[in-house]
Amino acid sequence: MAFKIIASQCTACGACEFECPTAAIRFKNDTYMIDPKTCTECEGHFDTQQCNSVCPVPKTCVKA
Amino acid sequence: MGQPFTISLDSLLDPVDFDAMRETAAAGGCSSSSCGSSARPEDMDADVWERIKDHPCYSEEAHHYFARMHVAVAPACNIQCNYCNRKYDCANESRPGVVSEKLTPDQARRKVIAVANEVPQLSVLGIAGPGDACYDWKKSQATFSAIAKDIPDIKLCISTNGLSLPDRVDQLADMNVDHVTITINMVDPEIGAKIYPWIYFRNRRWTGVEASQILHERQMLGLEMLTARGVLTKINSVMIPGINDEHLIEVNRWVKQRGAFLHNVMPLISDPAHGTHFGLTGQRGPSAMELKALQDRLEGGAKLMRHCRQCRADAVGLLGEDRGQEFTLDQLPEAVDYDPAKRTAYREIVAGERGDHVAARKAAAAAIQENAAEGQSMLVAVATKGGGRVNEHFGHAKEFQIYEASSKGVVFVGHRKVEAYCMGGFGEDATLDAVIAALEGVRHVLCAKIGDCPKDMLEAAGIEASDAYAYEYAETAIGALYAQTFARAPGRAVA
Repeated sequence: MAFKIIASQCTACGACEFECPTAAIRFKNDTYMIDPKTCTECEGHFDTQQCNSVCPVPKTCVKA
Repeated sequence: MGQPFTISLDSLLDPVDFDAMRETAAAGGCSSSSCGSSARPEDMDADVWERIKDHPCYSEEAHHYFARMHVAVAPACNIQCNYCNRKYDCANESRPGVVSEKLTPDQARRKVIAVANEVPQLSVLGIAGPGDACYDWKKSQATFSAIAKDIPDIKLCISTNGLSLPDRVDQLADMNVDHVTITINMVDPEIGAKIYPWIYFRNRRWTGVEASQILHERQMLGLEMLTARGVLTKINSVMIPGINDEHLIEVNRWVKQRGAFLHNVMPLISDPAHGTHFGLTGQRGPSAMELKALQDRLEGGAKLMRHCRQCRADAVGLLGEDRGQEFTLDQLPEAVDYDPAKRTAYREIVAGERGDHVAARKAAAAAIQENAAEGQSMLVAVATKGGGRVNEHFGHAKEFQIYEASSKGVVFVGHRKVEAYCMGGFGEDATLDAVIAALEGVRHVLCAKIGDCPKDMLEAAGIEASDAYAYEYAETAIGALYAQTFARAPGRAVA
């Protein structure tokens, strides 16, 4: 159970990084990545996945 | 020529000869009757003038002399606008939201110091994204506090969509951020829904009218909070024909009521190649004359800004020029020390030059009033490289500053961007056609020099080009031109 970022579409704006309630998002190799071990899909924190809610590019933060 | 200042201002684009600047300042600095602050318009109080006189975006007068730079430290954004796409970049493209490289606050600090050491006109540091500076707050804050320590006299300035603004107003005021720009395109959420597909607020995405309702309320709250704290607030509005063009009159009324200092109506930039929603759906931007017509109708509401160049989120230099490519990350030294010498010397020069400019402007206004015939107005395009003078070759101009001469005097009303006509000695006919199209409604072009061929072609298109007023102040040149034009007009006796 985790989300991932489609690197080819990511603009590296960083909006998702500080919205993630479990701090699972890191900047690595010029793009943002979600650590699948830390990601909880925001369960227990929010109704919607925060990375997907704030991402400016549709279908870029998706279910892994 | 003969005026010493012409030389120093011509060198604006060249590496600065520091000693020459000093000499010039010493030679002519305070010889004029009106040294220093007398450039203040009569209808503005001294305190406000003091705060805006060196800010090129807040004072039309200052934009002839002072430069700004934006540092792209805030890439994250909390709303989506249909006219914005931050995914693509091109160094030749000039529009908001576009940057070549994002900076960390420390990189930004080094860049600002490097620029301050090289560009004496620098007076303002702004953060205009490329996302939203109030949403991506930690990076904006870190950047401002680092630079304020090194260069205490630099003006800090921020641009925001307003959604996160109310949460940041107190911190902005604490950091002496004295100028805030809010982009407000609507006060009616129904119209907003056509401009903003979604916003991200309180941990969820909102869409449709509901999104715009929230955005609108936050924008108005933010503006009122800034006004209450005495922060100068500028409102930017994007004019989108068929969507909010008429509505901006209402927007102007709302923001004036809430204490906005300046209202800047900008044309939508829309091109399918930019990949924006409006670009892809064929929503057109307004023509230069449509924009001017709307700005004329707004006159009398919140004061209008007409010299906006819609610059990139990493622009460096005077408005209308971009020296960003000279200060890319790979060219920055690891360690930089701020040296205030050039900026200080430049300020001395400007203080003197400015007094002369104001005197020239008053003389021009008086000359025009003498010759003014009822309802006789004309638009004049001026090729300039700064300093408010006719000092650029026609073929080298990348933009023309447009002035309107009428019985009210000579007023700056906008600028028109063009492709430089001259490419190393060879003029391109296709480019000249585009220049002629860009000069819609303009009767006269003033420049430092122009070849016979483009001059004849302009004349065939009904535009009179002249280099007779080279190196004069724009207002002086236009005043003389106005007198000449209307003295010749049929039915008017020549005095």
